[in-house]
Amino acid sequence: MYEFEYVRPKSVAEAAGFLAANGEARLMSGGMTLLPTMKQRLAQASHLVHVGPLGELKSITREGDMLVIGSAATHDQVQGSEVVGAAIPALARLARGIGDPQVRYMGTIGGSIANNDPAADYPAGVLGLGATVVTHLRQIAADDYFQGLFTTALGEGEIVTAVRFPVPRRAGYVKFAHPATGYAMSGVFVADTGSGVRVAVTGAGNGVFRWAEAEAALAKSMSPKALDGLALDASHFSEDIHATREYRAQLCRVMAARAVNELLG
Amino acid sequence: MSRIELTLNGKAVSADVEDRTLLVNFLRDAQQLTGTHVGCDTTQCGACTVLVDGRALKSCTLLAVQVNGAKITTIEGMANGEALHPVQQAFSECHGLQCGYCTPGMVMAVTDLLRRNPKPTEEQILHGLEGNICRCTGYVNIVKSVKRASELMAAG
Ligand SMILES: Cc1cc2nc3c(=O)[nH]c(=O)nc-3n(C[C@H](O)[C@H](O)[C@H](O)COP(=O)(O)OP(=O)(O)OC[C@H]3O[C@@H](n4cnc5c(N)ncnc54)[C@H](O)[C@@H]3O)c2cc1C
Ligand code: FES
Ligand code: FES
Repeated sequence: MYEFEYVRPKSVAEAAGFLAANGEARLMSGGMTLLPTMKQRLAQASHLVHVGPLGELKSITREGDMLVIGSAATHDQVQGSEVVGAAIPALARLARGIGDPQVRYMGTIGGSIANNDPAADYPAGVLGLGATVVTHLRQIAADDYFQGLFTTALGEGEIVTAVRFPVPRRAGYVKFAHPATGYAMSGVFVADTGSGVRVAVTGAGNGVFRWAEAEAALAKSMSPKALDGLALDASHFSEDIHATREYRAQLCRVMAARAVNELLG
Repeated sequence: MSRIELTLNGKAVSADVEDRTLLVNFLRDAQQLTGTHVGCDTTQCGACTVLVDGRALKSCTLLAVQVNGAKITTIEGMANGEALHPVQQAFSECHGLQCGYCTPGMVMAVTDLLRRNPKPTEEQILHGLEGNICRCTGYVNIVKSVKRASELMAAG
């Protein structure tokens, strides 16, 4: 790794001030993506501002029909949280399927959605549930937040503080995990919300996206059969040594049907 | 440079480290505790797993400064004199290793797994060891070792 200074702020406000004053400083939450990237010298920073341990970012609470998860809540915390399990069990299962136990102890929801890996799990949950990303400056709707390959609406030095999830009637998430890395080769989140059906797909294209045809079909009939023969434009799907576009599209259909089955219980 | 103070295998340790020093390098190079292995150096294999305040973490993906103040246990801190820790004892009895490269990390991961779930099912063992790769055993004897360790620990 290139040299840097480690900084442990006492509050979000202090972290924000530090980032504003140091253009080359970077946030670290769990470090499960940032440290491996820095070890490969694919990233560098003057300072690592470690917000992961901040208590104010770790809480998980239910506020009426909202589930609010602090950005530094770890995957392990979310997987085991009774509040999450009662409000959105599909989200607890999503967290349980990320990486491995060691990674789940450290990796956080805020780090995951700030990174916006095209094969990560949380982007599907956040977009699929129509959540709102809260930063120290503003609130951003999921539909505006994710902007393709490792790109988000976050500005320089903007700190994600929480994610607000409207509690759906029911939801399901199933991914086809890459056998070595565990990342999704296609993962589909289906939510039956108070205001319609949302379907979000990760791992298939160059960033999480909604599948409009599936949303319309499932709104008419919430059953795996409703997905048969639906249009799915795979022209923008990724293609690599693991899977062709067509294979990913097929996985996407199968994962969507399984997610619907999970939603139906 | 930063000053860190840790409890390492029960002993108080303080040291000056460069902020970019990884915990695994601090353990192996500065503390000469070479039982903790580096298999991949890319957060995949789990050979570098140690206990940080009881939780199994990959020490190749932690900064030494980050764990300032923590209690760290490595494989060297598991046995009590000549008496093996029950998890080590089980790996030995069940032949849960061949080359042994993955074993220190496996033992630490299993210790945390059994702390959280003293009687895991086979499915829970497999899910719980997803962060630890073994190139030799095919995992069959590792799963046996975990079950045996669970029995040994229940028997006290
Ligand atoms: C072996 C392994 C397997 C994995 N498997 C999966 C998997 O199956 N599915 C999956 O989804 N992910 C997987 N991951 C990634 C894991 O979920 C990471 O935890 C996650 O991508 C990043 O979270 P983090 O808290 O570690 O973030 P960090 O690594 O600390 O940060 C990531 C990026 O986000 C920025 N950042 C961090 N916090 C904030 C904040 N509060 N506000 C704004 N920006 C911020 C950082 O500056 C950095 O650019 C895996 C990782 C590993 C090492
Ligand atoms: S050496 Fe740390 S996970 Fe492989
Ligand atoms: S015993 Fe050789 S890698 Fe596990």
